[in-house]
Amino acid sequence: MSEQKLQSQTVQTTGHAWDGDLQEYNNPLPAWWVYTFYVTVIFAIVYWTLYPSWPFGKGWIGGLSTITYVNSEGETKTHSWNTRALLMEDLNQAAAAQKPYFDKVSAMSYEQIAQDPEMNGFILSAGKALFSDSCAPCHQAGGQGVIAFFPNLTDDDWLYGGSFEKIHETLMQGRRGYMPAFNEVLDGEQIDQLANYVASLSGVKHDSAKAAAGGALFRSETAACFYCHGTDAKGRQDMGAPNLTDSVWLWADVPGAENDDGKLAAIRGVIAGGLAKGVMPAWAGRLTPEQIKVLTVYVHELGGGQ
Amino acid sequence: MQAGLEDQLGLYQKRIPIFTRSVKGRFRRFKTAVLALAYAVYFLLPWLPWDRLDAPAQALLFDLPGRRFLIFGLTVYPQDVIWLALLLFIAAILLFMVTGLVGRAFCGYFCFQTLWTDCFIWIEHAIQGERPARVRLYRQPWNREKLLKVGGTHALWLLVSFWTAFTFVAYFTYAPQLVLDFVTGQAAAAAYITAGVLTVSTYVAAGLMREQICTYVCPYGRFQSVMYEPETLAVHYDARRGEGAHGRATARAGQRTLDERHAKGLGDCVDCGLCVQVCPAGIDIRDGLQYKCISCGLCIDACNTIMDSFDFPRGLIRYDSEQNLAAPSPAQPRLHWKRLKVIGYGVAIVLMSAFLVYSVVTRGSFERAVTQVRQPLYVVLSNGDIRNRYQIRITNKASQQRTYLIRAAGIPDGALDLGNFSELTLKPGHTGVAQASVRLPPALAARTRTFELIIAPRENPTEARSETLRFDHPAKRP
Repeated sequence: MSEQKLQSQTVQTTGHAWDGDLQEYNNPLPAWWVYTFYVTVIFAIVYWTLYPSWPFGKGWIGGLSTITYVNSEGETKTHSWNTRALLMEDLNQAAAAQKPYFDKVSAMSYEQIAQDPEMNGFILSAGKALFSDSCAPCHQAGGQGVIAFFPNLTDDDWLYGGSFEKIHETLMQGRRGYMPAFNEVLDGEQIDQLANYVASLSGVKHDSAKAAAGGALFRSETAACFYCHGTDAKGRQDMGAPNLTDSVWLWADVPGAENDDGKLAAIRGVIAGGLAKGVMPAWAGRLTPEQIKVLTVYVHELGGGQ
Repeated sequence: MQAGLEDQLGLYQKRIPIFTRSVKGRFRRFKTAVLALAYAVYFLLPWLPWDRLDAPAQALLFDLPGRRFLIFGLTVYPQDVIWLALLLFIAAILLFMVTGLVGRAFCGYFCFQTLWTDCFIWIEHAIQGERPARVRLYRQPWNREKLLKVGGTHALWLLVSFWTAFTFVAYFTYAPQLVLDFVTGQAAAAAYITAGVLTVSTYVAAGLMREQICTYVCPYGRFQSVMYEPETLAVHYDARRGEGAHGRATARAGQRTLDERHAKGLGDCVDCGLCVQVCPAGIDIRDGLQYKCISCGLCIDACNTIMDSFDFPRGLIRYDSEQNLAAPSPAQPRLHWKRLKVIGYGVAIVLMSAFLVYSVVTRGSFERAVTQVRQPLYVVLSNGDIRNRYQIRITNKASQQRTYLIRAAGIPDGALDLGNFSELTLKPGHTGVAQASVRLPPALAARTRTFELIIAPRENPTEARSETLRFDHPAKRP
């Protein structure tokens, strides 16, 4: 402290005088500040040379730093540093890190994959990512689907079969579900009878007289429902005709109906209007065979696999 | 106006170099002992071997890539972050309590800035000599002697800085391997960067900046002054005794003994200036308690040495409280711990330490997280049964491989389906996921609100942990 008091506390002037007596204090910047400033200048110059910096003509000066990546066409590209190229490089690295797993996927059978604890972990994470990207827009994030639009993949009811092979086939070639509109050939009374019959198959409240008449109609050449749904109404998986006797509803929103009349109305609506919206796109060509295999196991393990 | 402006202090003050004189005494011995102990622990701990089954044989290893901290027999995972929070809490309260009792004891004796500065001053002293020799060397023009001595000092500082930095890095990877990799250029980039940054910062902080760190950089030193109370013991100069009626004076002939001095109205301070020369913060303690003082006690040692040589009683500079010094007749300084604040801090430390120890001792050997699959919450199956699905995530925190068995209670046997993985076998530190589904007939589903899922390691069935899980069905739908 005593030594510090010796330090001069008066501020020097720059030595100039204007208008006779106007002077300016000289408060030089601290040396550390000045040096830090020089360092930032040097840093900036190094930064310009390495990274994109100055506008030049219609483009910009790219800098010496480059990023090499393989694009989706398989071409190797070298580009001056930019965040898009950086992302591509990151994606390349991620793909390389996943490759051993995908190689294992293509080498193993479905059953082996499903029973291997390590692969199970990979299916859960990679399958979820693939499912979220490609399937979730229709089937929803958890595969629960939307009644009257997209099938629920987590239950044990399958339109086209729930074995690994059938799920794989569905993914590869897509599906097109179709049911004709019966209001063109049947009158309202007949459609009501059929609706009561279908309700009776699943234990929904119905008029038994109408249901009996509907059952006869179901198996008659007039309505010819049995051609697709089978004489026992249990459906035919080879053509995607649903089982009408179980508790699962896809097209007619019976579980969501307010009351019993609403349930019958929902069934009537489907019979009368028919269906042409059960369309699943084919994924062969859009996803790699390994990705489709991962999705097959993932969907199978959502809860309903057979 | 003009005159007032001219008096203002500059915004930036050039550092005045401090050349501390070495001193012997109680506090110097204590500081040296703390320094030796702290350095022994810090520099040797990474080399302490410790047998482990599946991890490097290093007693203390912060395995960042493996996301685990190996601390002797204990493996700490990120899930145990609460322990770190508790530890920090205890450390903070301990600092508050100690500061309330004896001032900035942490700054003076334990802070790494103080320890490393002490070590660097010791190097400086060993090469350049005692204070007068160092001042002379500082003032003399550059020549061969100055170049060698100053250069040698800085070289040694850099060496110590590097070894400090390298030791720090060694806590994060297997130390013997690190030495090999570091020399052959194979070590991770992070190792070189960390070692480089810490070398420079140690060299700058302990060699060049020293007391400026405490004065301008460190926030703790500043906020510790808030914890001072009138009863707090701190390094004080007894001004009443030292200054007497007519101030301090050198011990010239005629004012050498206490009787002569008291007769003349002089204080006991012989104004030798030794207390200023030994101060690593470059202050004069006789100006009173000040924020730059790190309370290292070296001025007490210096003053006691002088008092002894004059046969004056010791303690002209001593640990004492403001309250006691202001009293009409100062009593023997003592620790005033019977204060609400101190006792409160003490209780907090005891409680938190007990909780920390309890938490460490009773920690389970595995971590589990069971979540219900929410998309969808339930599924109606074709025969009308309701199914809920759950994701079970288990982390093995034991040091051996474990197999975990999962069963359910509160629902019929067979309702729980674990698919392909009826049990999970996990290596130490690994996490596994199992998908469980519970299937109940509609009537039972409507009655079942919750059930228990019990997870137990097969090797240690007594350590079973149960989880209460919700079961959803359509009737619950809003």
